[in-house]
Amino acid sequence: MALLQIAEPGMSRAPHQHRLAVGIDLGTTNSLVATVRSGIAVVLNDADARALLPSVVRYFPGGATAVGYPAQAELACDPRNTIVSVKRFMGRGLKDVAYAENCPYDFLDTPGMVQLRTCAGVKSPVEISAEILRALRERAEASLAGELVGAVITVPAYFDDAQRQATKDAARLAGLDVLRLLNEPTAAAIAYGLDNAAEGVYAVFDLGGGTFDISILRLSKGVFEVLATNGDAALGGDDFDHRVFCWIVEQARPAPLSDEDTRLLLTAAREAKEHLSAHSEARITARLGTGELIDVTLPLKTFAEVTRALVQKTIAPVKKALRDAGLAVEEVNGVVMVGGATRMPQIQQAVAELFRQAPLNNLDPDKVVALGAAIQADVLAGNRAAGDDWLLLDVIPLSLGLETMGGLVERVIPRNSTIPYARAQEFTTFKDGQTAMAIHVVQGERELVSDCRSLARFELRGIPPMVAGAARIRVSYQVDADGLLSVSAREATSGVEAAVAVKPSYGLSDAQIAQMLQDSITHSGDDAQARALNELRVEAERMLEAAAAALAADADLLAAQELADIRAALDALAAVASGSDRRAITAALERVNQVTEPFAARRMDRSIHLALTGKKLEDMNI
Amino acid sequence: MINFQQNHFELFGLPQRYHLDLTLMERAYRSIQSRVHPDRFVHASDAERRASMQSATQVNEAYRTLKSPLARARYLLALQSVDVADESNTAMPAEFLLQQMQWRESVEEAANQPEALAELGERLALEMKDRYAELERRLDGERDYALAAESVRKLMFLERLREEIGDALERADA
Repeated sequence: MALLQIAEPGMSRAPHQHRLAVGIDLGTTNSLVATVRSGIAVVLNDADARALLPSVVRYFPGGATAVGYPAQAELACDPRNTIVSVKRFMGRGLKDVAYAENCPYDFLDTPGMVQLRTCAGVKSPVEISAEILRALRERAEASLAGELVGAVITVPAYFDDAQRQATKDAARLAGLDVLRLLNEPTAAAIAYGLDNAAEGVYAVFDLGGGTFDISILRLSKGVFEVLATNGDAALGGDDFDHRVFCWIVEQARPAPLSDEDTRLLLTAAREAKEHLSAHSEARITARLGTGELIDVTLPLKTFAEVTRALVQKTIAPVKKALRDAGLAVEEVNGVVMVGGATRMPQIQQAVAELFRQAPLNNLDPDKVVALGAAIQADVLAGNRAAGDDWLLLDVIPLSLGLETMGGLVERVIPRNSTIPYARAQEFTTFKDGQTAMAIHVVQGERELVSDCRSLARFELRGIPPMVAGAARIRVSYQVDADGLLSVSAREATSGVEAAVAVKPSYGLSDAQIAQMLQDSITHSGDDAQARALNELRVEAERMLEAAAAALAADADLLAAQELADIRAALDALAAVASGSDRRAITAALERVNQVTEPFAARRMDRSIHLALTGKKLEDMNI
Repeated sequence: MINFQQNHFELFGLPQRYHLDLTLMERAYRSIQSRVHPDRFVHASDAERRASMQSATQVNEAYRTLKSPLARARYLLALQSVDVADESNTAMPAEFLLQQMQWRESVEEAANQPEALAELGERLALEMKDRYAELERRLDGERDYALAAESVRKLMFLERLREEIGDALERADA
């Protein structure tokens, strides 16, 4: 609870234990988990001292799974049930998935998000991602010998609302408490900025396995401010593999490929690409299932030629981001390279030409995102003293709007707005006596609804019959600090109001998540009941501790009756907090929340008042 | 929670006028935001998290509004109950409209010629600088809000034009 958290800068908070929190880079190709230990961010390795977890999940009949290296090793044997690059499917319909025809999966074109039929049943990308996250959670808990209070999970900055929602759902399914969804380039900027005490304007060029982001940030002491972001949520190292794969097929002209051989050649293509980061040519040999031998040599120059169009695709987003930030290329102090795909020489060269300076490669491009996420998780978990932390100001990557007459988009929140952000727009009825209005929420930069992503549809009903144009319907958009949108609408004339909140249609409903959690419990035998009770107890303890500190500091803000009410609620909570009745603890917690709400507001008022009047702004550590 | 009754200037402890000390505003913005931002309330109760999000949202809105000269001017006029977009006010002097048409023709003619577009952009920037200076005089000096509203409307045209030149440059560049 936050009553504790608005301590004056420089004052330490009530002593507490170090809270275990991790940062997770849920990558297209590889995933990592990192934490801050004794003040230093470190990647947590597996039992064999390997940092990366290949983002590969294999399903077996009966529901057992293998995740990571064991799954990757058997990739070519069981391509249909071994899922790679699942991140590409998150929050996506089948028609949005590039090269779906080259994927050896049995896709189900389900509304909202595509699903995959495996030998263990139909799996959604959310469930598959949850397997990866669960493996990382288990690695972290084993390594840190304790339960996590939460995790910061990174997402590509250019992920839209549906993809973010899907990622958050996957974390929930994996039993992780999401402290924050953090944009990957922003995470990298934190790790880089703190490491190098960087100040000024930096560009983060992040080319991962399946996504490309460019973010322009202003770094100053204590503040990381994202000025603009752009990118391509379907461009990454995988596409370079695919080009090499096509080149191999053109060169060798083998008989039509089986699923197994397609997978074999894609792996060979990826290995050749990686080899070319340090060599001038790569030899590709593979024995196909038909007995046919593939043996071709790919020179670096040819590799650059067949992938030229892909490299070009990164240029326009960079220029757009600079323009949105209102900056010229000369004003960029440094370019930080992130993501394994930035190792390719043609990428290094293109970036150097574009920014007219050598890019910065002094951090491991595979690890920097996870490290930055761990550092932010440490801050959010409250492990840093006030004054020794920083402020992170991020933006939404894509404009949010709604459909108006003629299939046109009315923009409600423009891209690159600093989050959290909210906007309301008024609309009116089109026909006499109209009592309902359909609201279609979309995301994207194009003028036509059909060119943007559809996030949600809902109807506002019960509008009192009026002449056309007389009703006043206020549609409100709220984007939270995770970059997630909620929408509500209400009609505000003649005292009649109606409101509805929506969750994007690409996200899973709470009921679906509950069902999946239930299923995963049956499979894993994890004692979710005990876990939930434990979490509640911890929360109750935290609340009691925080409230005591708040009362000690600011009880003078309360009237006698208010103080008595709060004390009574706290006593009631203390009485049940160590018991095992979850409902009783939940009810007591809610009661405390309810009675402390005005107190919290007044404390925040006082805190802001102090910020502006108690001290000169110049003296503040900001 | 912040006081939602305060206007954006009051929120940041700044004088209510067009001329703005940007450094001072940024300091105030960061100081308030670092207290109310949701990152500070991750472990808080639902009520406090909601309050934090609403406060941070309001602070972002205030910052966005005051940072942009045009939005700031419109906001100042709104505080004086002058609606810039009021339909009875939107008739523009014929001379200005004619000039606008000439600008637009020039942009069309310069399409696909990055140098010509860049030159137009520079000419426009000069004109806008004068207009903004005029706006500042009208708002802070003469306090003639009707005339200031006219300046704002003209600048809305010019900002739009600047966007279009930017778009044309982007296309010419691609």
